[in-house]
Amino acid sequence: MARYIMVIDTRRCVGCMDCVVACKTEHGIPEGYTRDWITETVRGEQPTTQLEIRSERCNHCDNPPCVYCCPTGASHIHERGGVVLVTPEKCIGCKACLAACPYNARYIHPDGYADKCTFCIDRVEKGLKPACVSVCPTHCMHFGDADDPLSDVSRLLASRPNHTLLPEAGTKPRIFYLT
Amino acid sequence: MTPVEFTTYRHNPLIDPGLHLWGWQIPVYLYLGGLVAGLMILSGYHVLRAQWDRDRAHGHYVTAPLLSLALLSAGMLALFLDLEHKLYVWRLYLTFRVTSPMSWGSWILLLVYPALVASALLTLPDALPRLVRLVPGLGRLASAMEARPIFVQATGFANIALGVMLGIYTGVLLSSLGARPLWNSALLGPLFLFSGLSTGAAALHLLSHLRVPEARDEGDFGDALISALVHWLRPPEAGAEGHRKLEHADNSFLTIEFALLALFLGGLLTSTAAHQAGAQLLLTGPWGAPFWVLVVGAGIVLPLTLQYLQAQRKIRATIVPAVLVLGGGLALRFILVGAGQASAWTISLS
Repeated sequence: MARYIMVIDTRRCVGCMDCVVACKTEHGIPEGYTRDWITETVRGEQPTTQLEIRSERCNHCDNPPCVYCCPTGASHIHERGGVVLVTPEKCIGCKACLAACPYNARYIHPDGYADKCTFCIDRVEKGLKPACVSVCPTHCMHFGDADDPLSDVSRLLASRPNHTLLPEAGTKPRIFYLT
Repeated sequence: MTPVEFTTYRHNPLIDPGLHLWGWQIPVYLYLGGLVAGLMILSGYHVLRAQWDRDRAHGHYVTAPLLSLALLSAGMLALFLDLEHKLYVWRLYLTFRVTSPMSWGSWILLLVYPALVASALLTLPDALPRLVRLVPGLGRLASAMEARPIFVQATGFANIALGVMLGIYTGVLLSSLGARPLWNSALLGPLFLFSGLSTGAAALHLLSHLRVPEARDEGDFGDALISALVHWLRPPEAGAEGHRKLEHADNSFLTIEFALLALFLGGLLTSTAAHQAGAQLLLTGPWGAPFWVLVVGAGIVLPLTLQYLQAQRKIRATIVPAVLVLGGGLALRFILVGAGQASAWTISLS
């Protein structure tokens, strides 16, 4: 069984937000809302400060607190690729998943249900890449199967130093940032 | 040179949970749920001890189940108002999710109602004699229950057990959400349970002042209102055993609540930096002033002192401590829910 992950090269990412626009266009995200966003972090001492630009979204965690706390089963792990999804028809809008997510990756859609990144599973099932990955002008985003040792994502993780977000939260996120 | 670290991040009130997640509805629901849990435990204990002999005086306990039903329904309404997808609320009862405290809570609430209704039926002839005269079937049902000690015992046990589950669940609901470090403490369940018990005892205390037995069956509304006001401002009758017991119970619950609150904060302060920052939101941060003044001062220490002095007969007994405890419990829920949403793990460059 596949285990989909995303690998993002922070040395290539320029924060152009094409990924954000592509996602909003692909999924018809209402104005004012977004499933992915850009974060910039600066750390260190002058003149050797480090800048990291990251395209962030739901981390599709292996240990997803949003799925565990959902009272109706609307938040679930999809059988294909282990992607974390929400079934709008089952969601009651209680917002427990929003409170449970340490990445603040979810929001309440104006129609009343919790919404977030789906890794574009509908596109992936047709053999396409997620919208954000396919439009990235610097090719800093990679998507694939972590269980396949020959996939791009597996080889990148094996060859480059990388980190996840908030590993201390114990959620085992599946978006990796190359540094 | 000083190291710098800053992060530019989205700050969008539409999508940032910390900015819009839970409003007034959830603290009100948690408060009313805890209060009802306290009332259920106290009235369940009373039912078991008194074996519900109608010839004995039950005082304020007779109205507790009816009050609990009203308060719980108000709490459920607040919870319903918080839902963003209201028409899908029935989905809660199509599944049971072992890992979801909210799922546990929805099923516990479904069991709480029959236990409260049974308890209310048992007390109905004393609480609402007019209704029982109008609907004699209710009186017969109450007499039939009363005649079978096993029903009375089962009602008492069910109220205590479900009251404990309801009281703890209101805290576990928050403590299970690992993304909010302030809530990450197993002590939040017991803390809310004892806060519920103290507010339950205070509500019974207040109820005993507000009840107007002499104006219940006869007289018009104006008489009843004036009588209620006079009764309310009057100290309880000397030697009222029930009042003393409630004062002692409330003092015990407040003392345990105070200890649990200290342990809760101590636990957070000795944990990770994120948990320490969460505790500081209450101790010195934006919620510091209301926390110290409303929760610790007016909600615990002052009523504890007043009730101690009342018990020692050094000051006149009034409803002030009960009102303070009820207000302190509400403030505790509002402050913990508000500060918890502002508490978060901080992403830094690895």
